[in-house]
Amino acid sequence: MLRIENLSAWYGEAQVLRDVSLEVAAGEVVTLVGRNGAGKSTLLRCVMGLHSGQRGTVELDGRDVGKLPAHRRARLGLGWVPDDRGSYATLTVTENLTLPPRVGPDPWSLERVYEAFPALYSRRDSAATMLSGGEQQMLALARVLRMGARLLLCDEPTEGLSPLLVQQVGDLLREAKRHGVTVLLVEQNLHFATGVADRHYLLAEGRVAEAMDNSEVRSRERELLAYLGI
Amino acid sequence: MSGFAQNTFNGLVSGAFYALLALGLAVIFGMLRVVNFAHGAFYMLGAFGAYVLLTEAGVPFWAALVIMPVGLGLLGMALERAVIHRLTRLDPLYNFLLTFGLTLILQDLVKLRYGVQSSPYATPSLLSGTVNFGLFDFPTYRVFILGFALLLCVAVWWVLTRTRIGMVVRAATERPDLTRAFGIDVGRWVTPVFGFGIGLAGLAGVLAAPMRAVNPLMGADLIIVVFAVVVIGGLGSIFGSVAAGFGIGLVQAWGEAYLSNFPIVSQTIVFIVMAVVLLWRPAGLFGREEAPA
Repeated sequence: MLRIENLSAWYGEAQVLRDVSLEVAAGEVVTLVGRNGAGKSTLLRCVMGLHSGQRGTVELDGRDVGKLPAHRRARLGLGWVPDDRGSYATLTVTENLTLPPRVGPDPWSLERVYEAFPALYSRRDSAATMLSGGEQQMLALARVLRMGARLLLCDEPTEGLSPLLVQQVGDLLREAKRHGVTVLLVEQNLHFATGVADRHYLLAEGRVAEAMDNSEVRSRERELLAYLGI
Repeated sequence: MSGFAQNTFNGLVSGAFYALLALGLAVIFGMLRVVNFAHGAFYMLGAFGAYVLLTEAGVPFWAALVIMPVGLGLLGMALERAVIHRLTRLDPLYNFLLTFGLTLILQDLVKLRYGVQSSPYATPSLLSGTVNFGLFDFPTYRVFILGFALLLCVAVWWVLTRTRIGMVVRAATERPDLTRAFGIDVGRWVTPVFGFGIGLAGLAGVLAAPMRAVNPLMGADLIIVVFAVVVIGGLGSIFGSVAAGFGIGLVQAWGEAYLSNFPIVSQTIVFIVMAVVLLWRPAGLFGREEAPA
């Protein structure tokens, strides 16, 4: 579904990605792990079309989308879950949910979203930034599900959440996967990552250092945690 | 008591002009991240256009009230397509140079043809005379301005808060990049929003023609206060610009009435308020710190 080849990216003079190549098949959940500054978020931004200063190929369903602006990529089925949760202060919860157009074959209805997230329903007319951090994370995920996005780009969706909420995010991603949604996930929480993902890429200094499956991550957890500095 | 009511009323009427101009600046800044220093020139063109339409073609006030905002809005859209859009991703200094340069060009073009003296514009006959609400005789035309401006602000607020277009404009104003990532072609809305802001300035100009001296510099005098209004309300905040517009109109009118023994204070009160607000809330009363993309 997503194929990245020889992707390099810069912030001004500083190169943050070096010839990254990776693939995510339809229906897969794949994580990017790596230290802070390894280039994980930049990689997601490149896929979304939000980073200027890049070189390389980004293909979606075999189509080169490297030249497309972000809004065209979204309409091809990319769902953006940014690291700051992307809540709009000037939009209500309902407006945050209904802002993006429906782009996929199987978008959630607003009713279904509110059934799954009663907390959002009870605050539906509040400004989204008045929600708790956990609720805002749910809102960010619910928004791309309501879009019907086929490939979710999730930037650390569990960061700063309580264990209970982390579990909810996990349930949600597993349910999305059951419905055929593909997910590319930036994640520091290895335990969470092995619980939801099929495969993992370890990014180091802007390169793909290793590709691992779940059993490999589990057996090397101690070593990886030490490497990630957690 | 009637003196206070009269000062308050006059403050609200000047506030109506500030609000209309600041509202246009706010939507333009929100959507384009461009501070339009030429806004006062379009206000002047609105008033001058109404004057020229009346004296040279016999077009009455009511027609000018439609023709000038629409015409200037279209001119604004053309300017946005031709030059303003080139400002994105350039140093903000170019923003100042371009829009200030436009101001000088527009002002001097008018001066070239009509000179610098002020021209009178008769109050439309339907709105001449006064209305008495019990306290004192209100000039009918000023009552009309206040009502019309309030109605317009409410209409803009309604569009912004209750329609899909308004939702998209709010989202694009707050987080342009994020909004693109949600499949919305933010660029498509930029030109119409710029035209709309310019149209509002033109409308304020037509409204001003019967009660202010129509001359090429009328916008330059006003726009300085309008920028203070925008900064006080919070750059880019639509509600803030309207609230601060009426608020500053009041402060100015009360200052002139009750601090006339302290001309240093009464003449600079707007900027004193601005300085205090900035010390207390650097992003303005209703502004937010810029969010990341």
